[in-house]
Amino acid sequence: MQSDIKRLSLILLFAPFALWILLLIILPHLGMVVLSLREKVAPRVYEFGFGNYIDFINEPIYWNTLLRTGSMSILVTILALLIGFPIAYYIAKIAGRRSRGALFLLCLIPLWVSDLIRAFGWILLLRETGVFSSFLQWSGMVSEPIEFLYNDVTVVMGLVYTVILFMIVPLVSTLDGMDDAMIEAGYNLGGNGYTVLRRIIVPYAMPGIVSGCIVVFMMTAGSYLTPILLGGKNSSWFTEQIYDQFITRFNWESGAAFGFLLLAFTSFVVWLGLKLSGQTLANTVAKS
Amino acid sequence: MLSTKKGAGLIAALMLTSASYANAETLRLLTWGSYAPEELVQKFQEKYPDITVEVTFSNNEEMIAKLRATGGAGFDLAQPSHDRIYSAQLEYDIYKPMDLSKINTSVMEDSHLNGVKANTTIDGEVYAVPHQWGTSGLMANKAAAPDFKGWGDLCDPKYAGKTSMRLKRTILLGTAYSMGEDPFAAYSDLDKYQALLDKVADKLIECKSNIKAYWKGGDDLSAMMLSGEVVASETWDSTAYKLYGQNKDIVFVPPETGALAWIDTFALPRKGKADDAAYKWINFVLEPENVTIMSGSTGAIAAVKGGLDMLPADKKEAVTAAFTDADIANLKFFANIPPGVEDMEGKTLEKIKAATE
Repeated sequence: MQSDIKRLSLILLFAPFALWILLLIILPHLGMVVLSLREKVAPRVYEFGFGNYIDFINEPIYWNTLLRTGSMSILVTILALLIGFPIAYYIAKIAGRRSRGALFLLCLIPLWVSDLIRAFGWILLLRETGVFSSFLQWSGMVSEPIEFLYNDVTVVMGLVYTVILFMIVPLVSTLDGMDDAMIEAGYNLGGNGYTVLRRIIVPYAMPGIVSGCIVVFMMTAGSYLTPILLGGKNSSWFTEQIYDQFITRFNWESGAAFGFLLLAFTSFVVWLGLKLSGQTLANTVAKS
Repeated sequence: MLSTKKGAGLIAALMLTSASYANAETLRLLTWGSYAPEELVQKFQEKYPDITVEVTFSNNEEMIAKLRATGGAGFDLAQPSHDRIYSAQLEYDIYKPMDLSKINTSVMEDSHLNGVKANTTIDGEVYAVPHQWGTSGLMANKAAAPDFKGWGDLCDPKYAGKTSMRLKRTILLGTAYSMGEDPFAAYSDLDKYQALLDKVADKLIECKSNIKAYWKGGDDLSAMMLSGEVVASETWDSTAYKLYGQNKDIVFVPPETGALAWIDTFALPRKGKADDAAYKWINFVLEPENVTIMSGSTGAIAAVKGGLDMLPADKKEAVTAAFTDADIANLKFFANIPPGVEDMEGKTLEKIKAATE
């Protein structure tokens, strides 16, 4: 009797999650697999085959864009970690109890505004006739208007700004659980600041670092608005290719194949990152 | 006591809404931004109180993608351009034939009606009728670029870093014309068309360093033009007319090789459920006073007899400032896109985007 109730409650609790995974993640992806393996031979006539994947391999534009998206996403992840870690450390360890909440809230505020509006905010600031350029001219530092927009640096900056919060939150929560005595002990045993950081703080924060990096990398590689709006005439992003295949070229088959290639590629990068840094999901993300 | 009152009110409200659903029809429009101005929707609902209008704003590509996803369900009236009916119907079967007897075709401009009919007839059935027409061409700030007159001028080093274009098929076609070719004639021989596209791609890649940025929508184009960051651009005429209202130096320039003309149509999605309401809407927006309201919102010219004269005064001024009769006679109407061409053009655009100077 008792065990029946237990089992029933387990099933009931688990059901929404299982349904969500099955109906919204697994089923659509299976549909996409089937779609990506269809080759169009004539209007309304399709054949089974790997043509869409072969097209990807044969066309340097596609895999160059994918590699570009991947490497820029890695750069964004590294920058977000380098900028986010000191902020998280300050919030979790240095700031007083009372200011901690306020600081955390300050980090959250940008999230209340949609991605689109934030991208337009950057456009207003950075365009040739925008705030920065006008200010520089007014202050006499430059004589000609400067265009800050439409280049890769702007895209990386915009992306770091969009995703950095997802780096800070897991870092703060792991660092928060760290006992200050551990740091003190490190110094007492004669370690300098760098040694303490390298041998005590970073290993302790590793679960937060790994989960933060994975989330940030996945979000960046899959982002659409920021690279499109801030990017210039040479900056292609792989999600844009997927959109073009689906919408502009009516080529859903190849769009589905591209979607899978992006998923496979980002999963591979995450796997490689874990291998190279000697971490596993079990002792990092599962712990954080 | 209070809660019972609330409950009764709630039930009454529910009954009211379900009652109004029972005899009301919903007209689900899939159309372009500004093609269903609030003023007209209100007026239509006053005239036909049992019809509720729901509007979804979109563009050619997304309209077809949306209808394709559902096999033509979810909307009762769509408004793709005239060159987006034939192959979309052949490939995805998303429209249903129209009953022309239910449409007041006598008020439509004959050349447009016949043109659209010729473009959208499959197996003897007509799939679309014209609504509004306009052109794609160039716009220039006359104060900064007085001699601007052709597609090729976008690549003129005189305007280095001061021009813009949208990286879509229009610029491919325009550039082909500026090189002395006729892209629509090449549609019949796809190998020849590919060779032409390769030439166009080389030209546009070479031109890349001259371009400030590729615009993506009417808003960013307007901002660049009004701020003076660019002095000339490829554009839709309606965007140029809107800017003319704010700065009389910014005019639409029909390219010397001819502006590219499109006609937005009315088409019935295959699984639409409110055909009668759709026909009512079509006839409603063809009424002269409604034509003026519609054109005021869209900036395009209605495909009805005397459509130009029915434009609001400011738009008419912008059109007459831009077009001479010779320009009108020189219009190049977009030809039906044969299957496969979208893919070829898409690849060419990707090549241009990915190329580094």
